[in-house]
Amino acid sequence: MATLEIAATPVEVDAEGFLVDPTQWTEELAEEIAREHGIAELTDRHLQVVRFMRERFFASGASPSVRALGKESGVPIKELYELFPKGPAKLAARIAGVPKPRGCI
Amino acid sequence: MTERIVILGAGTGGTIVANRLRRRFGEDEVEVHVVDRDDDHVYRPGLLFVPFGRADPSRLVRPRHVQLRRGIRFHQAAVEAVETDAQQVLLADGTTLGYDVLVVATGIELQPGETEGLEGPAWGERVFTFYDLPGAIALRDALARFRGGRLVVNIVDLPITCPVAPLEFAFLADAHLRERGLRGATDLVLATPLDGAFTKPVASARLGGLLAERGIELVTEFNTGEVDADRGALVGYDGREVPFDLLVAVPLHGGAAYVERSPGLGDALGFVPTDPHTLEARVAPNVFALGDAADLPISKAGSVTHFQAEILVENLTRFLAGAPLDAVYDGHANCFVETGDGRALLIDFNYETEPLPGRFPTAAGPLALLRESRANHIGKRLFPWVYWHALLPGRPLPGLGPAMPLAGKDLAEAA
Repeated sequence: MATLEIAATPVEVDAEGFLVDPTQWTEELAEEIAREHGIAELTDRHLQVVRFMRERFFASGASPSVRALGKESGVPIKELYELFPKGPAKLAARIAGVPKPRGCI
Repeated sequence: MTERIVILGAGTGGTIVANRLRRRFGEDEVEVHVVDRDDDHVYRPGLLFVPFGRADPSRLVRPRHVQLRRGIRFHQAAVEAVETDAQQVLLADGTTLGYDVLVVATGIELQPGETEGLEGPAWGERVFTFYDLPGAIALRDALARFRGGRLVVNIVDLPITCPVAPLEFAFLADAHLRERGLRGATDLVLATPLDGAFTKPVASARLGGLLAERGIELVTEFNTGEVDADRGALVGYDGREVPFDLLVAVPLHGGAAYVERSPGLGDALGFVPTDPHTLEARVAPNVFALGDAADLPISKAGSVTHFQAEILVENLTRFLAGAPLDAVYDGHANCFVETGDGRALLIDFNYETEPLPGRFPTAAGPLALLRESRANHIGKRLFPWVYWHALLPGRPLPGLGPAMPLAGKDLAEAA
């Protein structure tokens, strides 16, 4: 476990850089994490996904997969890949300050 | 008073649970009802062998009701919806079945229609799946006509039943094409959304090594966005393309359709959120779920369902007695993995312990873990007998209990 200074706020992150405590999340923090991962600016569409991700995490205790995002976030999978390149669920979870989607097995 | 237990699904899980309950309780104590939309129980592990002409399709199917003990009521009807508040199941034939305890064991449904282009004109021509019986038979015929080219196996997305089956298909295809003298004319490719051959590190490395030895190309982190049948290419969401002449797809899996029509029962994909240890569904204390239908963080596989069935019956018994649910499922899974040429390896794992090398079920064997052997292949080929005659009837299987054995595993190999 490590402490990172993101947006001038110390936050704890795990070995892969995901926030340990999702309640430490702020929108400024999200923008900072997004920039570090090559997303220059978080648009309303990005934030729609990020907010859905947080809602779902706090309601169910787990971060949704990309398939669940595509079905329920209001943003189709194709666009998710445009907004969050390569691994949308993983990157959106990172930016949303929630744990890495555990993935399906 | 007689309690009524309704079990949805007469596959592996539903059948074992029903038979174990029927053995345990007298008919004056518990009524056991089982609902399924058809009367065909398919031995799904056998589907893998059909495309290579190594399993007779007609021998993989037996009537569901015959697998159920005397005193179990079988209802052949589709489920319209479950109303957990009213504790009743609405059947498509218009009848209503009330319950004291419900067990959801309806497995998965293949959803090829969810992937753009997958079910297009090439479906059944050069795009196939072996994940259901008609598909496996059609693929057998197509493979017999195959004369070389690019044979691509694609897992569209997870979760899927039996995550090792696509690997096994690739291994068997390699051996099959070698026997026919076509291997040199064939590029064999496995495209997967995973970052390796399997989900867990040690097994992923070993299985990845076996693919490489056989010259099977592994395309990782590939998320299929579209099947372009005209051009014969998988198109990934990230823009990558994998061309094919013959595509063997593992389509998206979801829960049974009625789950989505049942308030509070399922998640976005139609799987039933379930306590991973007690197997109680989150929706209500008198609902349990097991097997492929549940949303648990372990492989969807027959062995998993079998081990869960034993735990579920213990906890259901406690529930009826008003006692706390203290039987605990540890995530135990046990799978033979066919690697071609009459050999197989065996993996055995649970929520905590990934598949490791060693011996099974004890340090004395007789089976080898994560290593190819003839004995493992014979074990796999003999298993149908065990399935129909011991596992489904709910008889105890020596050496194959719900708790994962640690003895025999080489723990030093853990990642």
